[in-house]
Parts: sequence; structure tokens; C-alpha cells
Amino acid sequence: MALTAGFFYLFAALAVASAAMVIMAKNPVHAVLFLILTFFNAAGLFVLLGAEFLAMLLVIVYVGAVAVLFLFVVMMLDVDFAELRAGFVKNAPVGLIVGGVVLFELIALFVSRGFGVGLAQNPGAPVAQMGREASNTQALGLVLYTKYVFFFEVAGLVLLVAMVGAIVLTLQHKANVRRQSIAKQVARTPATGVEVVKVPSGGSVIPAAEGRS
Amino acid sequence: MTESSWQVWWDYGLWLAMMIGWSLLTLVGLLLIVAYLLLMDRKVWAAVQMRRGPNVVGAFGLLQSFADLLKFCFKEPVIPGGANKGVFLLAPIATATFALASWAVIPVNEDSLGKWVISDLNVGILYLLALSSLAVYGIIMGGWASNSKYPFMGSLRSAAQMVSYEVSIGFVIITVILCVGSLNLTDIVNAQKTGIGTHAGLPASALDWYWLALLPMFVIFFVSALAETNRPPFDLVEAESELVAGFMVEYGSTPYLLFMLGEYVSIVTMCALASILFLGGWLPPVDVVPLNMVPGIIWFLLKCVFVFFLFAMAKAIVPRYRYDQLMRLGWKVFLPLSLVMVVIVAAVLQYTRVA
Repeated sequence: MALTAGFFYLFAALAVASAAMVIMAKNPVHAVLFLILTFFNAAGLFVLLGAEFLAMLLVIVYVGAVAVLFLFVVMMLDVDFAELRAGFVKNAPVGLIVGGVVLFELIALFVSRGFGVGLAQNPGAPVAQMGREASNTQALGLVLYTKYVFFFEVAGLVLLVAMVGAIVLTLQHKANVRRQSIAKQVARTPATGVEVVKVPSGGSVIPAAEGRS
Repeated sequence: MTESSWQVWWDYGLWLAMMIGWSLLTLVGLLLIVAYLLLMDRKVWAAVQMRRGPNVVGAFGLLQSFADLLKFCFKEPVIPGGANKGVFLLAPIATATFALASWAVIPVNEDSLGKWVISDLNVGILYLLALSSLAVYGIIMGGWASNSKYPFMGSLRSAAQMVSYEVSIGFVIITVILCVGSLNLTDIVNAQKTGIGTHAGLPASALDWYWLALLPMFVIFFVSALAETNRPPFDLVEAESELVAGFMVEYGSTPYLLFMLGEYVSIVTMCALASILFLGGWLPPVDVVPLNMVPGIIWFLLKCVFVFFLFAMAKAIVPRYRYDQLMRLGWKVFLPLSLVMVVIVAAVLQYTRVA
């Protein structure tokens, strides 16, 4: 138990510190790297809670895919810090209000439910209901595909719509851009792809242009 | 201190010492194997191109990798003036660390002594998938921190390439998991003790392993593993004819060594994963007396070396892909193919599995 507590404080402290660094880092790439560190520590906390499936998913989805794209975009942007700083004072009140509301809601939630409600006693925790013998992957699968199947499918559908939307917005076929047709290229044979021309000595032959593509 | 608290310290201490011991054993063994696989790699290319390959340092060039190691270690690390120093040095360390960390969950044998693995994680395969998706960070960070054009181009390419091929690797792993019903790597190997061969009445043999039952997925996995580890024919990240050396242009000395090490260790990890998922891990090819007397770890290593030989041959005989063709292969061929296979495998299992 002492070991678990030690690791909890390690992960929690690192998560809070790196989350603070995300908003304090001067360089946006450093900010994203600190965000990744925060994800890692959150995954560590999940493991301590016995939710290793969620921990791995967090690393695969957020660190392995989402944060890569963040980093990808941030690296290519040329962020002008002077411009960003100029907006800070103007936007600070709005930020403070939003932050304050979230803080108030969190405090209200914990005051009304109490801080003592651990995961094991929480009736909403599916893993606790299954008992210790079921692995948490199994437990999650059992509730995800039965009790919460509607939400699961709807979430999938929303993501699909977002994906189709992104493709529709960016995919455009310009008329005068020559595109590659793999099937056409593979179907080429020596008979269609090569033109053998007999050149008479001393003369010249201009091969037919339409024969080649 | 009371007697029980001493007991607790003793238990933790013993556990810690055992963990460190096993980890060191695995790492040292792994690094030695990598050193010789590197030599084997070069020897295989040399044989394909009718050269001799490294043959000067030690008998048959056996000490070549160690000579290279010393050479890298004794050179001066040069950090470019415009580089982002912290991230520049973090990148190779991250690459090597993530690659080596994979070996915490890879089981190499199971016998009467138990499972030969440092951490018998029940989501082992997801852990490996997570770590292989982290490999991209070393490359992106290295490319960006170098503050130079070619490395940056290389890292952009790699980010897109590795993220794309992870998708198909994920689907391949899902089909295997569907057949096994567990995310634990030892369970995946043990599930291959029975299969097509035993259902046909034959003794347990290589026919039971998933390479036969899931042959299309094995092919997809192998090709995706080449792309995931930036091996030729998919080494567009460091295509020397286009990008000099890609994200590694500005690196030299020990940081370069760490990149190289990370790359080779992740290749060996992919070989180990291929032999666990499809080639029956440490199971003997035929379960008869002289073959099943051999320790499982020998079979496991032989299978890894075999897959590594395929990797080396792919590099030696296949020309490099063009980048748009690479993306087409990943998204338009492998992704639909593996999606269809997931559906087919799930349907077959649903209608044939005896409850």
C-alpha cells in the first residue's frame, strides 16, 4: 500500500506540474510535449486505480494519435507571441469567469457527494460490480455492448459524421490536375506501354504522341 | 521497528531486487542479440549483393557491431546552434527508452517454473501497441528540434506514415485477439496449441499457429511492421536520395547511436510480436520428442531471427516506395482489407465457437 501511495503522489504531482507547464511554457511545442507528459501521468493514475485497459487506451488514442496531430500542427504554425500576449489582458476576465464557474461546479459536486466516495464503493463503477475475477477489459466490454450500447453506437456515429465532414470539406478534384490511376498503371503491358520505332539511318522519326501516356 | 515492518521491507526489497535482476538480464540479452542481428542484417544484404559484408573486426566480422559502438561513443556529440537543445537531446533518449520498455511484457517462454516475462500484464498487447505508437515522438521531436529543413520534412513524413500503419496493425491485432479471447501475450501463445491441425486430428504442430488460419493478416502485419519501424521499402523518413538522412541529419555520436538502437530494438520487438501473434511463440514446430525437449526460448529466438531475416531480405530486394503510394497502400488497401477480415473472423467465430 505504501508503494501505491508513493506512486500516486508521484503521478499526481507530475500531472499537476506538467499541466501547469502546458499553459506556462513559452514555446507551443514545449506546451504540447508537457501535455503529453500530463496524459502519461493520468494513464499512470488509471493503472493505480486498477483500470489498466483505460490507461492503455489513453496512451494509444490521446498520446499515440491525437497529440501527434497536435504536435504536427503546432510545429508548422508560426505563432507570434507578442500578438498573443496583447490579447491576454483583454481576454483575461472571460477566462477567469469560465475557470471560476468550472471550479465552483467541481467544488459543489464534491461538497454534495462528499470526498470519501472511493471507486470501490461507487455504485456507478462497473468494474466493482463484476467482482475481482473479471478483468477490467471484460467488465468494460460487458457493459459497453449491453447497457450502454446506444451511447456507444451514437458516439461512433458522431465520429463517423465528423470524419465524413472533414473529408468532404477537403477533398476536391481540380479539373486540370493530372491524377494517378493505379489500376491503369498496373494494367499496362509491353504492348501498350512501349512503342518500338524503326529509325532509318540518316533520318528521324517523331513517335506518335497519343500512343504514350 | 517491529518485526512485521521488517518483513514488509524485506518483501519489497526482494521484489525490487528480482525486478531489477530480470530487467537487467532481459536488457543485456536483448542488446547482445541486437548487436548480432545488426551484423546479420549487413551480412544478408552483402550476400544478396554478392559482397562479403563486414569481415575485418574479429573472426567473420563478429565484433563489428561492438567496434561501431565504441566509435559512436568516442565521438563528440555536435549540437547545431539553432537547435532546441533540450528537445534535441530528449528525442533519441525517448526513442531508445520507448523501444526498450516494450520488452517488459514480452514473454519468451513458459514452463514448469512459470512465465518467463518481467511483467505479466493482462493488457500486454495494448501496452505494446501503445509503445509502438510512441516511437513516432522520438522522430518528430528530433526532426523539429534540429531546426533544419530535411529533418523536419522527414519527421512530417514519419508522423503521417506511422500513424497510418498503426491503424492496420491495430486491426490485425484485433483479429488475433478475437480468436484468443485475451489481451495477455502468454495466453495468445497458449491459444495456438490447438488450431486447424489439431481439429483435423494431427498432433500439435506449426499448422495450429495463426499464420495459417489468419494468413492474410500475417501478410498485412508483416508489411505494416516494415512501415511502422521505417524499414525499407518504407524508409521514406530517412530516404537518402531525397532527404539526406531524414530526421537524423543533424545527429551524430551517441545521440545517433541511441536513434539507431531504438530503431533496431523496435524492429526486434516487431519480430517478437510477429512470432507471438502468428508463429506460436515458444511452441515447437511439431510436438514430438526430440523437438519438444528443446527449451522454448530457443524456438522463440529462432522464430524471431527468421522474421528478422525476412525484414533483411525485404530491405535487400525491394525498391523504395513513393510516398503517395505508401499512403495509398495503408489507407486504401490495408485498412479496408483488415476491416473486412475483422468482420469475417468475428462472424466465423460467432457461428463456429463452441460455447
